[in-house]
Amino acid sequence: MDLEKLHREESGRILATLIRLLGDFDLAEEMLQEAYAVAMQKWPSEGTPANPRAWLISTARHKAIDRLRRVQRFERKAEEIARTAEIAVQPESNLDEEMLVDDGLRLIFTCCHPSLPLEARVALTLRTVCGITTEEISRAFLVPAATMAQRLVRAKGKIREAGIPYRVPSPEELRDRLDGVLLVVYLIFNEGYLATSGDALIRRELCAEAIRLERVLCCLLPKQPEAQALLGLMLLHDSRRDARVSAEGELILLEEQDRSSWDREQIREGTDLVELALRGGAVGVYALQASIAALHANAKTAKETDWPQIAALYDVLLRTSPSPVIEVNRAVAVAMARSIEEGLALLNEIERREELKEFHLLPAAEADLLRRLGRKSEAAEAYRRALTLATNDIERRFLRHRLTTLTE
Amino acid sequence: MQYLLLIYHSEQGFEKTTESGRAAIYQEYGQLREELSAKGKFLGGNQLAATTMATTVRVREGKRVVTDGPFAETKEQLGGYFLVNASDLDEAIAIAARIPSARNGTIEVRPIAVRGQVAQA
Repeated sequence: MDLEKLHREESGRILATLIRLLGDFDLAEEMLQEAYAVAMQKWPSEGTPANPRAWLISTARHKAIDRLRRVQRFERKAEEIARTAEIAVQPESNLDEEMLVDDGLRLIFTCCHPSLPLEARVALTLRTVCGITTEEISRAFLVPAATMAQRLVRAKGKIREAGIPYRVPSPEELRDRLDGVLLVVYLIFNEGYLATSGDALIRRELCAEAIRLERVLCCLLPKQPEAQALLGLMLLHDSRRDARVSAEGELILLEEQDRSSWDREQIREGTDLVELALRGGAVGVYALQASIAALHANAKTAKETDWPQIAALYDVLLRTSPSPVIEVNRAVAVAMARSIEEGLALLNEIERREELKEFHLLPAAEADLLRRLGRKSEAAEAYRRALTLATNDIERRFLRHRLTTLTE
Repeated sequence: MQYLLLIYHSEQGFEKTTESGRAAIYQEYGQLREELSAKGKFLGGNQLAATTMATTVRVREGKRVVTDGPFAETKEQLGGYFLVNASDLDEAIAIAARIPSARNGTIEVRPIAVRGQVAQA
């Protein structure tokens, strides 16, 4: 097996088991790195062991025992680890698959514990569960690497000192805690999907990791319709990844995307998941958003989009989780479903309430509706307002482009 | 691990509670304490007198400054505490959630610092 591939795909799972065995995040991480170093030396000449994962775990564990024995004051802890050394004794034995799977799940719930600050949950999950480097995470979130490193150190410190357990929550707690995990997964996905600044490769990786993580959750916790809905939602959004930005890096709106480049296989899987989730009783934000995404994804042309249905779903979404941003989306859907004037009136009303003064998509949506009505000078004025609010380069380029075509 | 569960509630709200309402709350508190004690998880706990009974003491440059209060402009005041033994944070949270005041007030769960591993702020 290719060591690098193993590192990419398995390090999260191996780490999860080591954390349980060693009871310490930092020690587990460090020992796993050492085990990889040994593997890099030995495997090319001695051959890859039959069970590489078990080999790495047992090597890392031996290293930990050595390390702890050297440090006098940890003597008792070293003995504890050595006592439960069934893996250490038989490095080639098959590890209990079920136990490994549980370790992964435990790790996710620990990293997403509500007692940790949300940004730390996201960072810790990416670092520990997904194995993304601190450097990469800091680039994705546009914070200095030192700040991100500090955030991770604090989070691990809190896990240790506040006694955050390394355990899958009890069935009574599961529902609430799962919501927290889903939120972290969705934030990771959105960071990759919505942020249009920063490193494009890393952003794509964030989306892929969020989807991979959600697949693991759905597999380990079957019959959780909200989790299925979130997986469906992400697959449907991600199916458009190649169509939403041009070769020149320009943003392409849904309406103008080349639908033949959408990932059909992923749309099918996403749509199936949404249906499964709805049949299972999912009624939350993910299920509603996923239903909307499925309607967009399954429309053969922009014209054939089922806007009345989408507007109706936004109505429900607005009732379950009121937010001015959803109101903007609903107004656009109403404009497309009923009349542009009606949508415009809704947008104007949101504007009057002044809750979204900083939100560039409000004037941008308004500009687009005005453009469709042929009210060019008003549209241009709205695009200019959007431009003063938009901060990210791709969106600014898009708005500027729209403005020039309008005034040409 | 030991955790201090700080119980914050609205003193104003509590003052407005009827006599029988209070009796019911105290009874519920009593049951929880008994149950925790039986499992060896209850290490101590008390209701505090109202903040109007409080005194604030500071020593600055060797000088003792004693004032009334604190009367912070907050909706909720510290009204009592439980010191509990729990295997981990989740168990402490589960106990906190059963404290009657959690339903209308706030419980702050603070691990007792162990010497040598006091968390940095």
